[in-house]
Amino acid sequence: MTTTMIFAGSGGQGIQFSGKQTAKTAMHQGKNVTFLPSYGPEMRGGTSNCTVVISDEEIGSPSVTSPDVAVVMNLPSFDKFEPRVKAGGLVICDSTLIDKKSDREDIDALYIPASELANENGLTGFANVIILGGLIKKTGLFTYDEFLSLLTGSIPESRAALKEKNEKALKIGYDLV
Amino acid sequence: MAQKVLMKGNEAIAEAAINAGCLYYFGYPITPQTEISEYLAKRMPKVGGLCLQAESEVSAINMTLGAAAAGSRAMTSSSSPGISLKSEGISYIAGSDLPCLIVNVQRGGPGLGGIQPSQSDYYQATRGVGHGDLRLIVLAPSSVQEMASLTAEAFDLADTYRMPAMLLADGALGQMMEPVDFSLFEKREVPEKAWAANGHGGKRKKNIINSLYIDPQELEDSILARYKRYAEVEEKEVKYEEFMTDDADIVLVAFGITARICKSAITAARADGIKVGLLRPITLWPYPKKILNSIAGRAKALLTVEMNMGQMVDDVRLAANGQCPVHLYTRTGGMIPSVDEVENKIREIAASL
Repeated sequence: MTTTMIFAGSGGQGIQFSGKQTAKTAMHQGKNVTFLPSYGPEMRGGTSNCTVVISDEEIGSPSVTSPDVAVVMNLPSFDKFEPRVKAGGLVICDSTLIDKKSDREDIDALYIPASELANENGLTGFANVIILGGLIKKTGLFTYDEFLSLLTGSIPESRAALKEKNEKALKIGYDLV
Repeated sequence: MAQKVLMKGNEAIAEAAINAGCLYYFGYPITPQTEISEYLAKRMPKVGGLCLQAESEVSAINMTLGAAAAGSRAMTSSSSPGISLKSEGISYIAGSDLPCLIVNVQRGGPGLGGIQPSQSDYYQATRGVGHGDLRLIVLAPSSVQEMASLTAEAFDLADTYRMPAMLLADGALGQMMEPVDFSLFEKREVPEKAWAANGHGGKRKKNIINSLYIDPQELEDSILARYKRYAEVEEKEVKYEEFMTDDADIVLVAFGITARICKSAITAARADGIKVGLLRPITLWPYPKKILNSIAGRAKALLTVEMNMGQMVDDVRLAANGQCPVHLYTRTGGMIPSVDEVENKIREIAASL
């Protein structure tokens, strides 16, 4: 089985982080995985995206035109990637920042007001992790515990607050779905 | 069990170089390969090595020449425009019979071009990097694991044949992440560097590293001696991967990242009963001519897929030697061909057979 995913949004939203974390967790499950980032001036703002392929088989192309899952965190990314999602696939949106809904009937859509939830809970900057919580619950790709352990596992004890915020954000997204 | 780590291709090259005993890295930053310098700047001092950011590519390649002349494992890396700047030094390294590793993480050209992935330095790497009669061993990785394993292999090959080796990657392979296992490498026995100009306290006759021969007969002799080694490389060091070629009517020929896109397209076309396979050259020089010639003798058509305007296709046509038609599909300028595009091209050829 192969799952292809595109994460997209604005530079600074943690799009690359989300993709990397997903890839890392899949690797720890023993899957084959590729993570292909867009690169260039994105880290200074503008659009940012990355493609993650998770498979039991050898992975051919790491770049994907039509993903199974698109995680979009701004309107231009929604406009670009929602139409490309494979029939039967899933689009996950930060509905605080995207005021559109998908009118496709052949895909599933999940709307999480992630930026709003992050701001309300003192988690500004963690909207991407709230989305990840929703993503893992909805797709069932990973259990909550295995995803969390890799998410917070590399954070040193000296940064306990960061650990706590990540965990809180993941849980909000997970429980919402 | 060996630990797999999720790494960028550029980082995997850097870590593999350290594992291979490279102690000298000279670079100058350029997208999309700067992570090599970044990684080595952190790691080299910890293993007693040197990572130096030179004032230019020209300096970096000549520092690499110096370290190689002293008998150390040395490397430099850059991306396309930077390799053009290094060309002169690479020619001097070849002319001085020095082993070293040159990494080219290709981006679009010509000129400053762009920063997105490309394979448009195929001609440069296999034909025209620097002046004079010379060859580089050119290795083309197709995964992050190979970015690492072929880095190690390149050092061994360079030392074995006393010639520079190039790892020809691209921006996608440099930037993408995949699991790597550093315990999977095979190490070769490599000859002692008795020729090195490394200081000996007057205990032996001095070694001279030189690429200047005023007497044309001497120069011809030195080139003929070098070409004997090149012939040995062509005889012994050809590497390639065959993917579903056994019963294939159509055989794709692609290297690097493009080969992976081809594999996906092949799998999709096979699902509809089209007999298609892939030959992936791993060494671009020496080129896998023999196997390609024999494949061309039994296939109905070949299809070369490249991220340039068609450069490797010349080698494919030479190897096929007119035995079957050679088709070409290309994207360039930093565009990556999609699986669908390649699959459509396969279907188009299949329909014409």
